[in-house]
Amino acid sequence: MDWTTLSILVGKALLVVVVLMGLCLYSVLAERKVSSWIQGRMGPNRTTLPLIGAIPLIGPFLTRLGIFQPLADGGKFLFKEEIMPGHVNKVYFVLAPILALIPALLTVTVVPFGRVMDATGELVPLVLANLDLGVLFIFAVSSLGVYAIILAGWAANSKYPFLGGIRGSAQMISYELALTISVLPVFLWINAPGGEGTLSLVRVVTAQDNLWFVIWQPVSALIFLISMFAETNRLPFDMPESETDLVGGYHTEYGAFKFGLFFTAEYAHMIVGSAVIALLFFGGWHPLPFVTLEDLSVWTGLDVSTGVLGATLSVLIVLFKIFFFLFLFIWVRWTVPRFRYDQVMRIGWTMLLPLAIANLVVYAIIIALVDRGGF
Amino acid sequence: MAKVIERKPLTLAERTYLPQVVSGLKTTFLQIFKKSVTLEYPEQRPPIPPGYRGVPTLVKDPDGREKCVSCQLCEFVCPPKAIRIQPGEIENEDYAHVEKAPREFDIDMLRCIYCGLCQEVCPEEAIFLQEIYTLSGYGRAEMVNNKEKLYELGGTLPDKHFKWEKKRLAAEHGRAH
Repeated sequence: MDWTTLSILVGKALLVVVVLMGLCLYSVLAERKVSSWIQGRMGPNRTTLPLIGAIPLIGPFLTRLGIFQPLADGGKFLFKEEIMPGHVNKVYFVLAPILALIPALLTVTVVPFGRVMDATGELVPLVLANLDLGVLFIFAVSSLGVYAIILAGWAANSKYPFLGGIRGSAQMISYELALTISVLPVFLWINAPGGEGTLSLVRVVTAQDNLWFVIWQPVSALIFLISMFAETNRLPFDMPESETDLVGGYHTEYGAFKFGLFFTAEYAHMIVGSAVIALLFFGGWHPLPFVTLEDLSVWTGLDVSTGVLGATLSVLIVLFKIFFFLFLFIWVRWTVPRFRYDQVMRIGWTMLLPLAIANLVVYAIIIALVDRGGF
Repeated sequence: MAKVIERKPLTLAERTYLPQVVSGLKTTFLQIFKKSVTLEYPEQRPPIPPGYRGVPTLVKDPDGREKCVSCQLCEFVCPPKAIRIQPGEIENEDYAHVEKAPREFDIDMLRCIYCGLCQEVCPEEAIFLQEIYTLSGYGRAEMVNNKEKLYELGGTLPDKHFKWEKKRLAAEHGRAH
């Protein structure tokens, strides 16, 4: 590999990570704004930048929208005093937030976020690493994030973080099963007999040309969505954090930059999770159910599927779907109160898991019949 | 006799918990478009109801005379002993035999409990608890309102009695005392 190829790869990777981090920052803002609207408040609307804030009309508008707030938040995390409590296991205490961020940023490498039609009319996905493992890699790596929670809870050497860590690990294990089983029907369908076996997310999206999976596999999508809430530790499943009964859960003893890393990791998980559900069940870069960008170009007579325009549109559509699911995460947070720990376990093991297995069996039979030409 | 309320068993839809979540989502979503109830504090202030007991202040009459005659009733009635008055002569020497005025009038706002007894007891209607409710300072000394500060905070309130006007008219009719 020569230097130019390498530098292009590094540049792409940096770009994706920078965009992901920016999205993390601004999803924190979205969280604060949307929650304040739902609660009849205003949300952050004071922070401003000297030059941009002084532009008439635009400056005050952006200020009221809180656009500059993430900069202040980030600056605060950077410059606050790093407190290392005396009773912690120092190595693991520092290791935990780093371990939290790494899987969160790693998963984004295999998430396709758009596509380009090259000159020969072949579809080239916009993705850092088009792994054939795709979804398996995402599940494997993102569940590594639980080690950070356990490690943080353990290293903090005090009771609330410890309880948070224990709860987090139990919850992750319980919902990982339902999550994985719920996507199996999708892969049963795209791995039709005779074809080449694949777990790639790109293949999943191209298989949704005519029909989004959410339309004919709604139960899978629902189980996946609920488990996704649990896997990303979002309300109503934020067991590891449970700020009302566990102070701050696993990050009780953390502050300043180390807490910021946990925070970023949580939002990165949410973004990647939103992207995955958008790709798996909600048609990825297809603009509407039953409609692809190619169909749109045929109907409107404009060329919106190929070239730069097509690529941009596909990225924008994926981003829009990601934003919708981020909004859903926030929206549900202020609607549904947190489940009790025993309820979380009961929902996971006695409801979602049997439902996911039944769903798998039913769709396995249906898909087998369809593949044999039974319908 | 205890009344036993029969609880209906939950329907299947209710046990899945999802219809309830959806209706809750609807409620919260509609909430987004409602007007915010927040007052943006330093710029927008809440309306102060009449009779509000804020910081105690001294007021002047419409002619700009000070009304306090340093009778010291407020000093004596003040439950936390926040008020300290040193009586003195009034400025207009012609009437020095009629009234007195405070030379020093200190209210220690660290002691004041905003009970309003000073306002209630004042025979001259000279001390009022007005609308100021934010008070801050960098030290104990700064939190003691002296006479000058008290008049500055109090300003002038409409007066029903015009005591000095009556005094002047009486003097013109030769009934000065």
